[in-house]
Order: sequence, then C-alpha cells, then structure tokens
Amino acid sequence: MSTPQTLYDKVWAQHVVADLGDGVSLLHVDRNFIHDLSGTRAIKSLIEQGRSVRYPAQTFACPDHTVSTDRRSPHSGERYARCVDPLRTMTADQGVRFFDIGAAEFGIIHVIGPDLGLTVPGALIVCGDSHTCTHGGLGALAWGIGASEVAHVLATGTVIQKKAPRLRVTVTGELAIGVTAKDLILYLIGREGAASASGYAVEYAGPTLSAMSIEQRMTICNLSIEMGAKVGMVAPDDKTIDFVRGREYAPDGTHWHQAVNHWSGLVSDDDAVFDKEIMVEANVVSPQITWGTSPEHVVGIDQYVPDPAGESDLDKREAILAALSHTRLQPGKPMEGLHVDRVFIGSCTNGRLSDLQAAAHMIKGRKVAEHVQAWVVPGAQSVKRAAEAEGLDQVFLQAGFDWRQPGCSLCVGANGETVADGQRCVSTSNRNFVGRQGKGSITHLASPIMAAAAAVSGCLTDVRKLMGERG
Amino acid sequence: MDKFTVLTAVAAPMMQANVDTDIIIPMARMVTAERADMHQHAFEPWRFRNDGSENPQFVLNRPPFQAAEILIVGANFGCGSSREGAVWALQGLGIRCLIGSSFGAIFYNNCFQNGILPVVLPSVAITQIADQVAASGNSAVVTVDLQSQLVIPSIGAPIPFEIEPNRRIQLLDGLDDIGMTLERADEIDTYRQIDKKNRPWIYRGD
Repeated sequence: MSTPQTLYDKVWAQHVVADLGDGVSLLHVDRNFIHDLSGTRAIKSLIEQGRSVRYPAQTFACPDHTVSTDRRSPHSGERYARCVDPLRTMTADQGVRFFDIGAAEFGIIHVIGPDLGLTVPGALIVCGDSHTCTHGGLGALAWGIGASEVAHVLATGTVIQKKAPRLRVTVTGELAIGVTAKDLILYLIGREGAASASGYAVEYAGPTLSAMSIEQRMTICNLSIEMGAKVGMVAPDDKTIDFVRGREYAPDGTHWHQAVNHWSGLVSDDDAVFDKEIMVEANVVSPQITWGTSPEHVVGIDQYVPDPAGESDLDKREAILAALSHTRLQPGKPMEGLHVDRVFIGSCTNGRLSDLQAAAHMIKGRKVAEHVQAWVVPGAQSVKRAAEAEGLDQVFLQAGFDWRQPGCSLCVGANGETVADGQRCVSTSNRNFVGRQGKGSITHLASPIMAAAAAVSGCLTDVRKLMGERG
Repeated sequence: MDKFTVLTAVAAPMMQANVDTDIIIPMARMVTAERADMHQHAFEPWRFRNDGSENPQFVLNRPPFQAAEILIVGANFGCGSSREGAVWALQGLGIRCLIGSSFGAIFYNNCFQNGILPVVLPSVAITQIADQVAASGNSAVVTVDLQSQLVIPSIGAPIPFEIEPNRRIQLLDGLDDIGMTLERADEIDTYRQIDKKNRPWIYRGD
C-alpha cells in the first residue's frame, strides 16, 4: 500500500517535472497570472534578456493594482505609462491573453481567476502577488512569488520550490450570527500569530469549512499569508465542482467528466500525517476588528484596546506601544464607538458578490453617517454586473456609498486612492500595515458586514446590535 | 547575479517582529521608482521625519550603522506583500545579508534571486548578536561565511547555520535560475506531453 498523502502532497506530486534534491522540485505551472506591478516588471526583464514567454496559452494578464476605480478618471498618466500600457503591449507581442480595463473579464486577478473558470481544483497557480493563496479555496495549489520568479515562470513554464511541511487547521462548530469567514480567519491569526504558519502549507478542513461556500473558503485561504503561510487550501467537494461548472474557461465536454473524476481524488487520505495540527471552535468567535499594525493585532468588537503593561515580554510590549502610537488608541478603552472617517468594502479578500450582498443587507434603508466617506469597490466586472442585476448598486448609492469600478483600490495604495494622514478607515481588505492605505492612514480590518455597520453608525460598531434591530 | 562567499561588515540591529514589506518599501514607490532608485525610499515611514529630513533615531541613520551591510532582524522580517522591491531597496542601501529567526516566505525566496543571503538562526542567537552589535560602539562587525556556513560575531564562538544546498551553490556561484532550468527544456516538454493526456483541460488553447 502506498504512503498516505495529504491534499498538498498529491497536487505537488502531480506537478513535479524534476526532483532537484533536498526537497526542492521543478514544478509545472498550470496558470501564470500576471498583473501590472510584478508582471510588468517581469515580462519587461524577460524581453530585455532576449527571452520570450514559453507557454503563452497558460499565461493570463490583468492590470488591477494601479488602476483607478473612479469612473471619471481617464486611464492615462504616469502610472498607466509605467505599469499598464507596457503590460498591454508586451503581452500582445508575446501572445498572452490580456484582460483590459473595462473588458467583461476585467477585475482583481484573484477574483477573476475563479470567476472565469481559470482557477480549477488541483491546478498549480502562481502570481507575483502574495494573496495568490486565495485560489486554494477551490483546492488549487497556489502561492505568491517575486518578480524574478515570475520571469522564471514566463521563460520556462515552471517554478522552483522547496516542499513545505504541512499544517492542518480543523474547524468545528457553527459561526454565530454576525460572524463571518473573515472573522474566523482573523481570530485564528490573532490567536496563533502572524508568523505562526511561516514555512507551512496549510489545509483548512473540518465541518465548518465543508459548510462554507466557495467564496467564504476563498476569504479564509486569502489570509493564509497573514499567518505566514504561502499556501492555503481546502479540498474540493461537490460545492467546488458546482462552482466551476459552466464557467467560460472551465473544462467542457468530455474533459469536464475527466476533470471531475480527477478532482474527486483530491482529498487528504484519512491516515495522512500533518507536521502540525491546529483545532479551532468556530462558535467561540465574535466579530473581529484589528487595533494595531499587524493582522495579529485583533480583538472581538466587544473587547478592549490591549494594555501593553499587561505584556511581560519586553519586545512584544514595545511592539504594542508602537502599534498603538500609530493607530492613536488608548490602552483599556473599548474598541466600539471609535470614530471612523472612511469605509472600504472590496479587495481580493472581500470583494465578491456574497460579500456585497451581505453588506447591502445591513445597509438597506439606512444612511452612511454624514462624516464618513464610504466606498464599495466590486472585485471584478462580473461581480459588478451580478450585483447591479440584483439592484445592490442602488442600495449602496441610496445609502450614500460610492459605487465604484473594479480594482485593488484602497487595499493597496498603488492607484492614487488612499486614506489621508490620520484618517481612520474600516476596511474589508487584508493588511493594516503602517502606510498600507496611504501615508499616516489608520486601518481597522473587519468583515463586510462590520464595515457596513461602521459606515452607517459612523464609528466602530458591533454588527450584531444592528442585526438585532433588524430582526 | 552577484556572488556571495564571505562578508565581513557592520551589522545593524532591527529587532522589531513582523517588519513588513510595506515598511521596507512603501507601495507608492513601487509604482513610480526605478529599481535602482528604490533604496532612496527604503524604510521610508521610519527613516524620514514628516518634513523629509532624516530621523536621527532610526538605526540606519546612526553611526556606525549607516555603513551596515548586514541586518540583524526580528522574527518574520519581510512578511506581507511579495514585492521584490523590498529586496531591491535593501540591496540599494548596501545590505548583502540578513540574519533572523524567521523570514516572510516570499521575501526569503526573493533574497536569493538577488544575491542577498538570509541566514536563519535560533532566536536566542539572534538576540545575543543584536545586543552585542547594539552595545559595540564603532566595532559592530560580524562575519558571515557562506562557504563554511558560519556566522562569526566579533565576540564569542562562530555559529553554524543551515541553508538549502541548492541555494548555497546558487549564491556562491552567482547562478541564473532561468538559464539552469532551460537546460531541462526537454524534461519540461516530456512532462507536458504526458500531463496533456491526463489533464487536457489545463492545456486548453495550447
């Protein structure tokens, strides 16, 4: 009998082109997604080296980081001249599919991959972006790489990688009302630490994950990198197959049946051994809000700003002090009630249709507080179209939200859209790092419904209270 | 790519945990700065005051650490975004080696792509070296020998470190990944021919 294998082991083994020794392999890349920052740099350096894209049919480009999401903004100027225009030209020269701004397929690369059916279970996917782990929500083996590695993938169709030890996170129990997949993963990062999964490939498993939608699983996998793991995966199941079925680039005809058959084997064997195991009870999680400058700086909305005096480790105490100095919070004060200037609903973490539906449900019939500037940025054109078909755009607009074009927007501060110095933003994105949303900006990470609650209340608010009112 | 063999240089302590790549190079600079100019913006939120002048408190603005080619870093250094600009910014500052207990996984790979050596040591050893260089006045010098895999502090015994053998050779010889992989073009094509039968849906349009 063969050795029991984890999901990660199986997908890894299927992609080994050559064993380079010491656990390092040359792996075949099924999908190479490139965007307007690392992608543009990589393809430029490739061409400068006199090389070309070896397998253009498996390479897909879409600008997302530097693109304005303001409908009135012309798509021109320095950012476009540096990042977007060269990508358009070079991909055309190399025969690579380019999803242009405004095209039906356009959007954040981690949203459009699954939406277009480019992301399928068991595929090996890389992109020069750390949130490539998102695609693991469909059972793909996907991780972020640097620009030099992107150039290697473009030139060779392969990636060099050392196999990681395996970490399984098993989640049991039901999420309470008002608690989302985002809260669960933030809670886990807070409990275990931002470096706790460093070097590991994570598989999320257990009944709570099985009960989740594919979009929720993508939110979970998306934040794997904030726990230190490049890879986060959920084994594909019937829900995954239903999700992929019929999408533009999904397998069709006889290939579909062959694919489904192949995917059904992509589960960790019952007796497979993981290098590390973590258990989480979903029912203990409350709506989360970050207070500091790392995603591990997180508490329940009904909790208080941590007191550095209570921390015995000197380095940790200093880290808390530095974070609180940046976020301008007082130790021991409640998180709830903190005045908010901006709200951002979007990103590859929480910019999908179900995120917008949940936020819209909270907002319907309410108004954004007068002092708050609130944005909804759909993750892709497909998300925007579907939301508009349901009238969600009208719900947001009537409440006083700005309903914007797709893109990375306020998550990344690379597109002219930033939070001003000293402004406090509740954001459904993935990082509250110093300066992430603009110089001097203060970020509080939260779920879409928590962000919606903050927008209408004008301050950090326990979303469960608004839900109570709504019945 | 530059080779890395033995480096004897000033080492600066930067012991905060979770120093992310947004701190090392802010995103706005990733969009507008050329690779060769990124060091001008390295650690921007810490290195400069609001008026643009140097922050005298920041370690790399203080003697002898202005001349540092080695950073002694806290856990999870380089976490966050995959931006290779973080490595280019450090490289432009003259940094050739980082010594820490753990690194952001993508950042770690990016270092090797640019001839920079990230050394992993137990956190006890890191704290010891950091304390030593912080207290050493003008002699904060550490030697890193990749050939014999040793970190040699100015006081105390040499500390051995582990490194993936392939990575070590790559740095010692300054090898180019793409060139090496393209020598395996036949193996890649063979893999694809077989895989195309097993997973034809992956090769649609090919």
